[in-house]
Amino acid sequence: MPRTVPPWETKRKLLVKAEDKTNPRYGCKPEERPVEEYMKYGVINLDKPAGPTSHEVAAWVKRILNLQHVGHGGTLEA
Amino acid sequence: MTGVLPIALEESRKIVQALLLSGKEYVCVMKLHREAKEKQVRNVLKEFEDTIYQRPPLRAAVKRRLRMRRIYYIDFLEMDGRNVLFKVGCEAGTYIRKLCFDIGEVLGCAAHMQELRRTRAGPFVENGDMVTLHDVAYWFMEWQEQKDERILRKFIQPMEKVLVLVPKIYVRDSAVDAVCHGANLTAPGVLSLETKISKGLTVAVLTLKGEVVALAKAVASTEDILNMGHGVVAETKRVLMLRGTYPKCWKSGEA
Repeated sequence: MPRTVPPWETKRKLLVKAEDKTNPRYGCKPEERPVEEYMKYGVINLDKPAGPTSHEVAAWVKRILNLQHVGHGGTLEA
Repeated sequence: MTGVLPIALEESRKIVQALLLSGKEYVCVMKLHREAKEKQVRNVLKEFEDTIYQRPPLRAAVKRRLRMRRIYYIDFLEMDGRNVLFKVGCEAGTYIRKLCFDIGEVLGCAAHMQELRRTRAGPFVENGDMVTLHDVAYWFMEWQEQKDERILRKFIQPMEKVLVLVPKIYVRDSAVDAVCHGANLTAPGVLSLETKISKGLTVAVLTLKGEVVALAKAVASTEDILNMGHGVVAETKRVLMLRGTYPKCWKSGEA
């Protein structure tokens, strides 16, 4: 069986259909969001400790960061 | 530590569904119940580099019916007595415990999963940006004390990171708010798009600033979309941007 290309090795190119500019008055680059928004729209690449469930770990992060809602990459529909 | 677990804060939870469907990679220690030759183990591992059938285990969150999963690769790493170390890249929803059991059956000596560490979940891998719970607690306290934003931005990443592997369509400012209100994306709004988009594929709709607007389902291929002058190119499925972030341009029909 030949080795199939996993999704993370799929290469895509960007093709331009039309040219336009974006108005700096609206929105902002993801990495430049104001801190509070940055957190609200943020993700953490966590090294999960062995033992507790993913759910428990997410709850800990929620408490540490003092947030309302936190989900994890294992939840079916957050 | 059992490896990569992406944690979604507040609003970014809506996007983790994109992660559930993305591939995973694990490093696994499999324990054989009897001695086996390394060559034989290597050969059997290669046999599983294929589409496999699995029935979810008794204790599972999904219906227990036979399903097919793609094993992208299994790389033999090391063998020490009855312990076999290997790396496996697989489709979402593959049970590695089950895989070990089945490998043991084919080997004829029986085997079970001894240890497992996830080394990838979609775009998230073990590297510089992975942090421990201790790091999170420490950096968050540091941030509260020093009020230096850079500290926070070091261990939290924008939710757009989740979409690194999802094909993207970039749209005009004037098309953004309509999509935020649930409208489908139409051809005139498209500025650029990635190759290998096909009908039915989940795509990310982004602004030119790189902010995600919504997740959508493509109704045409990259080639078709490039040539379309009008009509729907993607059906909006999940809106992620707050309405009103961009001006409303769709009543007047022009930006």
